[in-house]
Amino acid sequence: MTTLLPGSAPPTTSKGEGLATVSVRGLSHWYGTGSMERQVLQGIDLEIHPGEVVLLTGPSGCGKTTLLTLVGALRQVMDGSVRVLGCELKGSSRQERQLLRRSVGMIFQGHNLLRCLTAEQNVQMGADLLPDLGYRARRDLSREWLRAVGLSDHLSKLPHDLSGGQKQRVAIARALAAHPRLLLADEPTAALDSRTGREVVDLLKRLARDEGCAVLMVTHDPRILDVADKLVRMEDGRLWASDAVAE
Amino acid sequence: MTFWQGRRIPLAWLLLTRQPMRLAVALAGITFAGILMFMQLGFRDALFDSSITVHKLFDTDLVLLSPRTKSSISMTGFPQRRLVQALADPDVSGTTPVHWNLLLWRNPKTKGTRSILALGFEPRDPLFIDPAVTALTPRLTQKGRVLFDDQSRDEFGPVAQWFREGRTVESEVAGKRLRVAGLFTAGASFGADGNILTSRETFLSLLPNTPPGSIELGLIRLRPGADPARVIQRLRGLLPEDVNVLTKQGFLDLEMDYWRSSTAIGFIFTLGAAMGFIVGCVIVYQILFSDVSDHLPEYATLMAMGYSLLTLLGVVAREGLLLAIFGYLPAYAAGQVLYAVIQSATKLPVAMASDRAITVFLMILVMCMGSAAMAMRKLGDADPADIF
Repeated sequence: MTTLLPGSAPPTTSKGEGLATVSVRGLSHWYGTGSMERQVLQGIDLEIHPGEVVLLTGPSGCGKTTLLTLVGALRQVMDGSVRVLGCELKGSSRQERQLLRRSVGMIFQGHNLLRCLTAEQNVQMGADLLPDLGYRARRDLSREWLRAVGLSDHLSKLPHDLSGGQKQRVAIARALAAHPRLLLADEPTAALDSRTGREVVDLLKRLARDEGCAVLMVTHDPRILDVADKLVRMEDGRLWASDAVAE
Repeated sequence: MTFWQGRRIPLAWLLLTRQPMRLAVALAGITFAGILMFMQLGFRDALFDSSITVHKLFDTDLVLLSPRTKSSISMTGFPQRRLVQALADPDVSGTTPVHWNLLLWRNPKTKGTRSILALGFEPRDPLFIDPAVTALTPRLTQKGRVLFDDQSRDEFGPVAQWFREGRTVESEVAGKRLRVAGLFTAGASFGADGNILTSRETFLSLLPNTPPGSIELGLIRLRPGADPARVIQRLRGLLPEDVNVLTKQGFLDLEMDYWRSSTAIGFIFTLGAAMGFIVGCVIVYQILFSDVSDHLPEYATLMAMGYSLLTLLGVVAREGLLLAIFGYLPAYAAGQVLYAVIQSATKLPVAMASDRAITVFLMILVMCMGSAAMAMRKLGDADPADIF
């Protein structure tokens, strides 16, 4: 897989062996200033290796989403170290973060599809981020991904005409179409019924594994915990326990 | 990589077209603004063009005017002797005196009177550029005959129509009976609703109080190869202060400057065009701003996916560009139609001049791109960290 980060240090591409996709050390984060200051993350340490699926659980408001946005290079790191794909995010510039985001797939609680685009076009917005690929190749890639998520009959439907599960599957296809090496998902099953949620998560896990893509997923849903290689629980801005889940 | 291979999803186009109602409103607004600008600028240019329709008829190099003459509606007399004196210059090949005044024309049908511009000259003098008019002038040698401008406003009566039908058209001007001997084409202006040509003899009989030897306009033709600027210099030295020597272009400019600067008309129409521009700006800004606001989460999603802010600004800019183009086309078409309607209704020479078509397009473009730039500031609110 080629690097998508011109101008930044070449990310580690080898399989596993200590070179983590995500490496968080002593990360702290807070919102507000002065008397309004509120610490949301305190000394977080976390490693995610290529192909690993890590589930993050915890009560709402404990800082899960903040951690996700920091790892996803959507927010400036305040204190501590966050290395994603070999790129240190502490002190990174806006442009460095923007370029890094191209190799990080994101799946949101809502599907966040572009309403004015068809399923195929939505996925192609992801594929369009790939450099050195012709229009036709990117379009074919989008179709392939939609086929992979089982939506080859719905290529030209608008999000409006798709069911919740279908939309979430389009969002997964879109996230994966950009060949991400890290996938961040924030409660992808929250808006889905249990059976559809299960399907979506299984699909996510299978595709991520095939792509060698690391996954960090925030979830409240106890029914999907078994997909995790590693389960992390967060409370009051700290990671409490890390216990591997047996498959 | 070819352009075709490098192309992306046409996001700007899809954002606009997937909301047809909003697009229709936006285009209607832009088209309306465009039509407003076409109308106002068209009227303004028509005013300036029409104010010199008669001036352009004359085949002349230089003109003599009274220094007190500021426009065609207030032509003041000066001694005809000055024209004879001008002949003394070796480069002057010929001169022609012209009487010029506004007279009351009685509509032969309704009997109402209305002010019309009358020119009086010796029918044998070479006066006009258009050979068709010159061919008609011998008909004026008989006293009491006039040539009537078929582009005059309808209020003067169906003169041209009756004449073409072969009827004898007679009317009364300044209390004297006149007969129409032919038709020529000039055009109504803001100063004069219609024009007639007549002989000096007839003209003076209509205005018996004209001081003897007084004319309003002197035409001076130069020998080929003569330098008009130097002749003007010599004539200014030669002639007393009671005449003003101008080139033909200077004569046209004097008239246009009068309407442009000495009256509020030019200002009013320019202001009207500016209003159209502002109305258009407000509409386009409103549309683009709400478009950006509505799609803010989607823009933020794109930023989270790794699209740069610059790419998104480009999307909004392209939306502005598309709006400009698709709003301009109907405005242009409507402008053409309205110009035709106005021309037939007012007899003013309004037409789609290419420079005006370009001006209006540029104004619409500035309007749309400016509004897009304003709406882009809203994009700064798109924080990808907020969408989780």
